Amino acid sequence: MFQVPNMLFALPEMLMLGMACVILLVVAFTGSRRTAWVYGLSQLTLLATAVVVVWFIGEGGLTFADTYIKDNLSDLLKLFICVVNMLVLLYSQAYLKARQLLQGEFFVLAVFSTLGMLIMVSAYHMLTLYLGLELMSLCLYAMVAMQRDSGVATEAAMKYFILGSIASGMLLYGMSIIYGVTGSLSMNEIALAVAAGNGDETILSFGIVFLVIGVGFKFGAVPFHMWLPDVYHGAPTAMTLFIAAAPKIAAFAMIIRLLAEGLIDLQHHWQDMLVMLAVLSMIVGNVVAIAQSNLKRMLAYSTISHVGFLLMGVLSGTQEGFSAALFYTLIYALMTLGAFGMILLLSRQGFEAEYIDDFKGLSERQPWFALMMLILMFSMAGIPPLAGFYAKLTVIKAVIDVDLLLVALVAVVTSVIGAFYYLRVIKVMYFDKPLVDHKLEAGSTMQIMLSANALMVLGLGIVPGILMKICTIVFA
Amino acid sequence: MNALIFYSFAAILLFAAVMVITVRNPVKAALFLVLAFFTSAGIWLMLHAEFLAISLVLVYVGAVLVLFLFVVMMLDIDVAPLKEGFARYLPLGILVAALIVVEMITVLNAPAFNIAAPEVVEESNTKQLGRLLYTVYVYPFEIASVILTVAIVAAITLTLREHSRKLQDISKQVAVRREDRVRLVNLRKKQDEGDQAP
Repeated sequence: MFQVPNMLFALPEMLMLGMACVILLVVAFTGSRRTAWVYGLSQLTLLATAVVVVWFIGEGGLTFADTYIKDNLSDLLKLFICVVNMLVLLYSQAYLKARQLLQGEFFVLAVFSTLGMLIMVSAYHMLTLYLGLELMSLCLYAMVAMQRDSGVATEAAMKYFILGSIASGMLLYGMSIIYGVTGSLSMNEIALAVAAGNGDETILSFGIVFLVIGVGFKFGAVPFHMWLPDVYHGAPTAMTLFIAAAPKIAAFAMIIRLLAEGLIDLQHHWQDMLVMLAVLSMIVGNVVAIAQSNLKRMLAYSTISHVGFLLMGVLSGTQEGFSAALFYTLIYALMTLGAFGMILLLSRQGFEAEYIDDFKGLSERQPWFALMMLILMFSMAGIPPLAGFYAKLTVIKAVIDVDLLLVALVAVVTSVIGAFYYLRVIKVMYFDKPLVDHKLEAGSTMQIMLSANALMVLGLGIVPGILMKICTIVFA
Repeated sequence: MNALIFYSFAAILLFAAVMVITVRNPVKAALFLVLAFFTSAGIWLMLHAEFLAISLVLVYVGAVLVLFLFVVMMLDIDVAPLKEGFARYLPLGILVAALIVVEMITVLNAPAFNIAAPEVVEESNTKQLGRLLYTVYVYPFEIASVILTVAIVAAITLTLREHSRKLQDISKQVAVRREDRVRLVNLRKKQDEGDQAP
């Protein structure tokens, strides 16, 4: 019998959808004259959603006929997605304005994309998960293509769109096989059917192959990473920042819901696949990043290697591993936000600070922001006492606990290799003569928030206990 | 009898699908696509999925393909260059496809999908679907509507350009002043000065 759903659980999504429609109307009626209003409204929407999420923390359960879940994981991820996107919008504003990209449509797409991420995070049914993913991705494709006069941006958008569609197709195929075997799309019913031994395990693992390929594409794990460097490089930096930060948090929710909640009993099947993805991602990401002179491209390869680390936590299949991966994802989002924020900060009218050489001698012109960049780069390299170190430590510990020593060894060796290219940025900033004038055009709010962002990476490295404890409670 | 109908429909469907990708003329390809949709609608009808069958004909044949044909005829696309590499890549493509099929058959040899067929309910298909859509699946249904909204927003964002539109701003036209449009030039005076009049 049909039960009336508990609408209160979905209040964040409903609020965001309502506000997205309001923003759409404001844009439609004011055109490009009132972008400041639209910007303010979007920030307000994200803030209000974050407040609602915090307000209703704790109580949880399934609703909408088991297609929607509200638990601690979804609350935490939603909060982070909202906060991260608020920072993204703040960092992007000046950059977009200087390039005539600050149109109302950008904010409409950003808010709808955030809605897609929230839906993914709360999805407990493959249909909802897929729809949320498509909602998020469609907005991202359009955002990358917004700079229509730029050939690289159009190429990036095209690649992103085609490969993203292939990934969605793979994911759908995997879902349909799982549905064919278990007879359900709901995560808990799939888990029950698998536990009861219904259906052939070969076919199930056949379906899992396609699920993992689809998830790997969305994460950008090797060998499904080909789109990532081109898209990060070609898209306007503000859009790159948007793609790089919050969607990874949503993708983390996707992999947890699919593999760790729906198909946990088939862990021995997906563990080996994830080991391959993780090891290859760490090797390829870290080695190829050395050869890059473009900072955006370098950060793209660094993202690939971070994805490898993150998958390491997931593949361990233990509660500790999942919390370690969650911690890694959140720290990764913060670090990426800071690093791309720094490129946005140094860019100005007609100048993109996207080459590593553009950072030459930053310490002479802008000593404070050179220090912030130093913190971020050291943290990405995994040097104590920064947050990146602790994140790497916990995921490596998670795989050692399940006796995958070889994977841990690859992780350690590749992160030493990876330290080279992060250190090169620092060397360029501190020991080279400046080539360009590093004049800052961004507002003081952005400067303060960017500093706070970098200092938070430092702070979470010194006291990781609180966030780590939250991550543990989420999976307990 | 049922099997006979099914196999003849399936054969027509496969034939039409192959023709879609092999015929040279895009209009003919679109027409074969109509045939493919129509035949698969017939197969759905045999599976008692009346609503899906009707909506396939209405939506795809009735709306999407008519638009598609319209565009093909309007644009007059020259497809010859698009198919240039077809013969060259065909052997490799067939090889890869055959390998994938063989691999999938070897893996999936077991009788896998042996879940019981659901019992047929003696009630209108559409009514059943509608009931489910607005109760159990109301949340995914709403998300799908949001995706359609985003599709419109994205399409408009990517195609509508402020300076390429030829719009008349009526209030501007009404509020125009004489000195905005008319420039008085004293020709005689300019000629006197030896200037070349335009």
